[in-house]
Amino acid sequence: MFRFIIRRLLITIPTILVVISLTWVLIKLAPGNFYSGEKRLPPAIEKNIREKYGLDKPWYQQYGKTMWNIVRHLDFGTSLRFEGQSVNTIIRRSLPVSAAVGILAYLLALIVGITVGSVAALKQNSRWDYTSMALAMLGISVPNFVLGPILVLVFSLTLYWLPPSRWGGFPSKNLILPVLTLSAIYMAYIARLTRAGMLEVLRSDYIRTARAKGLSEKDVVIKHALRGGLMPVISYTGPALAFLLTGTVVVERIFALPGLGNYFIQASLNRDEPLIIGIVAFISITLLFMNLLVDIFYAYLDPRVRYQ
Amino acid sequence: MTPIDTEIDTELVRGTSLWRDAWRRLLKNKLAVFGLIIVALVTIASIIGPTVIKRAFGFTPDYIPTSDVRLIRSFPPFTGPNGEFSWAHPMGTDNAGRDQLARVLQGGQISLFVGIISTLVSLIIGVSYGAIAGYAGGRVDNAMMRVVDVLYSLPYVIVVIVLLSMFRSQTPRGQLILLFVALGSVSWLTMARIVRGQVLSLKNQEFVLAARATGVTAPRIIFRHLVPNTLGPVIVYATLTIPQIMLTEAFLSFLGFGVQAPLASWGSLAADGVQNIAIFPWQLIFPGVTMALTLFSLNFLGDGLRDALDPQMRTT
Repeated sequence: MFRFIIRRLLITIPTILVVISLTWVLIKLAPGNFYSGEKRLPPAIEKNIREKYGLDKPWYQQYGKTMWNIVRHLDFGTSLRFEGQSVNTIIRRSLPVSAAVGILAYLLALIVGITVGSVAALKQNSRWDYTSMALAMLGISVPNFVLGPILVLVFSLTLYWLPPSRWGGFPSKNLILPVLTLSAIYMAYIARLTRAGMLEVLRSDYIRTARAKGLSEKDVVIKHALRGGLMPVISYTGPALAFLLTGTVVVERIFALPGLGNYFIQASLNRDEPLIIGIVAFISITLLFMNLLVDIFYAYLDPRVRYQ
Repeated sequence: MTPIDTEIDTELVRGTSLWRDAWRRLLKNKLAVFGLIIVALVTIASIIGPTVIKRAFGFTPDYIPTSDVRLIRSFPPFTGPNGEFSWAHPMGTDNAGRDQLARVLQGGQISLFVGIISTLVSLIIGVSYGAIAGYAGGRVDNAMMRVVDVLYSLPYVIVVIVLLSMFRSQTPRGQLILLFVALGSVSWLTMARIVRGQVLSLKNQEFVLAARATGVTAPRIIFRHLVPNTLGPVIVYATLTIPQIMLTEAFLSFLGFGVQAPLASWGSLAADGVQNIAIFPWQLIFPGVTMALTLFSLNFLGDGLRDALDPQMRTT
């Protein structure tokens, strides 16, 4: 187990550095820069600002400095667009918003998805099975940027039940619609995965043994079937995190939430280089470490994985 | 899946090919047939729709009825200029008074086109990569698949957004090409894994040994002997990749990084519609529902194809 973790760490850390470098290279290769936008600065002022941010140095010094600051201090520099604010401050401010929406959506998707999927598998080919799987397919097919505004139209603009947008602190009514919008597609995926996994397990020998021993159906399902049946769901949790992160970009945009995704879009549109690199780096680090955790958890559950 | 009927036994005498057999199984799957019909209808409507509308009503998707800003009105569906019932705009009009149906059909052209071309790009990369890794085996395979593992865990949409915003093209056509490359080059990973797995199980069979014994070169074995044998799973997965790519394209266009005006895709139409959701909800609902219906059908078709072509692949 220990060796497994070390081996995975040895892959994870270089990957993070590669992602950051790739983003850096993409930004530097692209034509134009932050100052080539619509508001042109007088050359003398631009020169001063460039000196201040170290943008007048040769590329290898800029690259070296960026990477060194990230590796050594986890310091992503200062935003060009939000003057005087460090990227770290912006991330610290916007992370709780994204995390609140993301984690709630994730939990909701897991709870609803696993429940619906297991029931569908236990009552295979019933009306409940067909209805829930058709709904799950619908959930996969309706883009979140269509679902979100439609929910707003129904619950905010017609029924006046919930606020249509904006951030209202952690436990607030404002969270309901973004969380629902974000979780719909994962709920659907998890329900499908759970159903498929459970169907396979329910046919296996050890379930037959459990039934033959005379265990109650409840014990068979909860103690035996769910453990094996949820393996595909657990292996999906890693990729799901990546999709969840990109999902938050749209959801934050629709509901005007001041989260990481919204800042990332603004930074990309403004070519705010330090902010782009900072957010990409932060997201990659989070994502890869989450993946590492999922892998370790998976290896813990399924010993076969460890010895590959 | 329904078990094979006994009546087929009599037909087996005539002998059925793998493809004919799969086609028969596909036709038995009602949802897949539904998907196939909807996809065909949407595709045909998108291709000929704008031309038909132009012939029948005399306007193109970009036709703006008046240059006077004060006179531009957004009509609800089925409404004529004086509020009466009219077939002229079955999906209403948009902010500039353009016919929404024509716009949605034109958007469909772009969305389907991006979906198909990007899938082809990912198909070429994924199949070659997977086949080479699988055939080479050993260390090469190990290294190549490790790269895939690493790429799998990346937030690739984030990287695509950086790519698209940094290299934003000045022309809509240039941006479209950038979109193909960007989407295709990030969505080949699963394809590579599938093809590699297939090639691994095929490469030790006699026909490969025979080919090698007669002196056929490795590239020729890979692309003429092995790849054609992986076609079933590849087609299935490609069908499931198209809706995924269309969704990503719509997502990028919705955020303003994808298709540029005057071109429109379902994503960019939805983005325009969201601006006026409170007053003109049909501007979001029609492109949104058309897109959801198409993706829904493509997903069902892909699932049906998987059941028909490769019953063993039923995992999700």
